[in-house]
Amino acid sequence: MAKRNIPEVNAGSMADIAFLLLIFFLVTTTIETDAGLDRKLPPIEPPDQDVVIKQKNIFTVVVSKDNQLLVEDELMELKNLREAAVTFLDNGGGAGEDACNYCQGAKDPASSDNPTKAIISLQNDRETSYKTYIAVQNELVAAYNELRDRESNRLYGIPFTTMDKLYKDPKTPKEDRDELKPRITRIQELFPQKLSEAEPKSN
Amino acid sequence: MAKFNKKKSGELPPVSTASLPDIVFMLLFFFMTVTVMKDSSLLVQNELPFADQIQKLDKKNRIIYIYAGKPSERYQSTYGTASKIQLNDKLVDVDAVAPYILQERSNKPQDIQDLLTTALKVDSETNMGLISDIKQELRKVNALKINYTTKAGDAFRNLQ
Repeated sequence: MAKRNIPEVNAGSMADIAFLLLIFFLVTTTIETDAGLDRKLPPIEPPDQDVVIKQKNIFTVVVSKDNQLLVEDELMELKNLREAAVTFLDNGGGAGEDACNYCQGAKDPASSDNPTKAIISLQNDRETSYKTYIAVQNELVAAYNELRDRESNRLYGIPFTTMDKLYKDPKTPKEDRDELKPRITRIQELFPQKLSEAEPKSN
Repeated sequence: MAKFNKKKSGELPPVSTASLPDIVFMLLFFFMTVTVMKDSSLLVQNELPFADQIQKLDKKNRIIYIYAGKPSERYQSTYGTASKIQLNDKLVDVDAVAPYILQERSNKPQDIQDLLTTALKVDSETNMGLISDIKQELRKVNALKINYTTKAGDAFRNLQ
């Protein structure tokens, strides 16, 4: 028997098929990373000894159930919150051991002693809406970032937020990261984020 | 002389498209590898609030997601309109959060078990009561690193 000639399969449409698949994956791909406000919850077991905190070192922010903002028992608009928080944190009214040599605030003895002592206490009601809460959180974090940026610019000539981004970026080489790490820690020590989220009042 | 003039026929040969499939396949494989299919479909409304002081959530394997919000319209007849928590593909009550976190944590490799972040993807129209309950549950299982996942944008847009 004569050997039958097998015809070659036409591969011309292969490109079309591949294109079709390509377009499918192109459409379904979402190269997105989530972003948000990082927070740390307090541990559930209470600290061993009660730490006495001076009233003047606490900055109380209450978000009521009508989504109104009460800052140090006074009604305030959200847009003024950032400035008020910065004024409080940067006050540096302490003397002696508590003195703050990098603060540029008013040094009001009735306000916070030192950024390392100052605590922002954020309270909310069970009926507060989440978006208001996030807006308030955002403003408070912004206040911290503003001060950290200022201090970082003074010490290292680069904003803190930029440093932090560089440090977290996996593309940054390891040597650079090792260099950034002590700087970031130093700035964080100067302005520690002491933002306490108390349990809500239920009424 | 004629010998040298032979090739000057004037017409350009057509460009070979034989390597086109290879190029397309290369692209295809790239997109196939980077594609992440959504692993859980949303049962709750999830319109995230805006914030601009945000940090990126890298390293997807270190994140545990918790969704919360009102059930989507098609599930409201079954689950009602009160805000609910969604874990994986189920709508649950608050007391299921702690066991879920423990279970998810034990599924992760040992060396990253202490580095997990809990991403709270909560609808902006939720009351803080539910979120406080979730936070209490998270504190019980010592999952203290949380992230309020938001959209990038001016925080004042939340108030409109």
